[in-house]
Amino acid sequence: MFNYTFHWNQALKALPQMLDGALVTLEIALVSMAIGLACAIGLTLFRLSGNRLLGSFASAWVEIARNTPALFQIYMAHFGLGNFGLHLSPYAALLVGIAFNNAGYLAENFRGALKAIPDTQTRAGRSLGMTSLQAFRLVVLPQMLRVAFLPASNQMVWAILMTSLGVTVGMNADLAGVTQELNARSFRTFEFFALAAVIYYVIAKAVTLAARALAWRMFRY
Amino acid sequence: MFDTTLTLNDLAFLAQGAAMTLAVTAVSVAAGTVLGILFGVIRVQIGPYWSAPLTFALDVFRSVPLLIQLVLGNAFQSIAKLGWGPFATSCVVLSLYTAAFCAEIVRGGISSVPVTTRRAARSLGMTWWQDMRHIVAPLATRVSLPSWIGLTLGVMKDSALVLWLGLIELLRASQVLVTRLQEPLFILLICGAIYFILSFPIARLGGYLEKRWSPND
Repeated sequence: MFNYTFHWNQALKALPQMLDGALVTLEIALVSMAIGLACAIGLTLFRLSGNRLLGSFASAWVEIARNTPALFQIYMAHFGLGNFGLHLSPYAALLVGIAFNNAGYLAENFRGALKAIPDTQTRAGRSLGMTSLQAFRLVVLPQMLRVAFLPASNQMVWAILMTSLGVTVGMNADLAGVTQELNARSFRTFEFFALAAVIYYVIAKAVTLAARALAWRMFRY
Repeated sequence: MFDTTLTLNDLAFLAQGAAMTLAVTAVSVAAGTVLGILFGVIRVQIGPYWSAPLTFALDVFRSVPLLIQLVLGNAFQSIAKLGWGPFATSCVVLSLYTAAFCAEIVRGGISSVPVTTRRAARSLGMTWWQDMRHIVAPLATRVSLPSWIGLTLGVMKDSALVLWLGLIELLRASQVLVTRLQEPLFILLICGAIYFILSFPIARLGGYLEKRWSPND
């Protein structure tokens, strides 16, 4: 029917190389997630601070991150920053792009979580004699994390999927990059990318399941 | 930064790219929504056990990067000698990708309709189809529309990836201009502004509808 001989052996032989690439993919996703979380907490504090300037800075970040393609953000980091004399390597550009994107989505997620905790909770804490920091730390934060955790773990999966965009700016160490390089050498496009798809699927599922198990352990009543 | 060699023709070229982005998005979202409603209804109707293969297939489309899907789709069409151009291939892959997410939204919408309401409809002598059309569809749409708008915007942004197949959409068009004019920041800013203008008002509308229509306020 297809008149095409599949050469799966060639792809399977390259599996160790691709798994090395998968490790780089995971590393970029984890680091970008850590940076994104830190930035998102900062942005949330900016928004809560009541300072007009900081608040609009945070809003601008969030809206740009959410309303332009992730690929555009990575291009901006890779090609656009060159105007300021900042020439990022593909690895750094990918990291900056994804971290920027993560921060925007996570900040919005935190805002939703904060809104889900009624004001009365804080007031109840304060009337029990807690300081405002105590009320936030002991009453609001645990409930907020419960709401924010699963969307944040979804963002982690998105971060893993987004790392594949690195190949468009010349990244050749992550899973997509390694696959593309192998493909350029042998032209066994379908076999290599099918194997890469399987690896991405397994990673995404593993992260989802791990997050669920973690949520069950931490947030069970 | 503002003394640029960008001409009106170049702006028209960008506008053509934007039109291509919108065309790919429109076709994919339209086809993806029809497929997604179909898959979603099937999943609810035949139950989790029998729909397990469908659930798995749709899950694959949501857990594999779109770029990999596009490359695979393109490789597949050339292996199967379907003779599709980049536009057709991109639309097919993006449609399936949209359908996978849309099925999930539809499923959520349908299961948000209380079972008792549907039983009441059936007790009044409505057929399954009448129940679906006059009871479930309006209630489920209320719940699903905001997330569907979000999905549409997501597909519009993700459609930037079709540049990998050689389709000249907005981002690729700006890259072509960057290569010629060597002013990456300025041109990318214009490109980003176009994406933002396309996306932001609709995102706001989605947010408004979500607030306005949320059942418990």
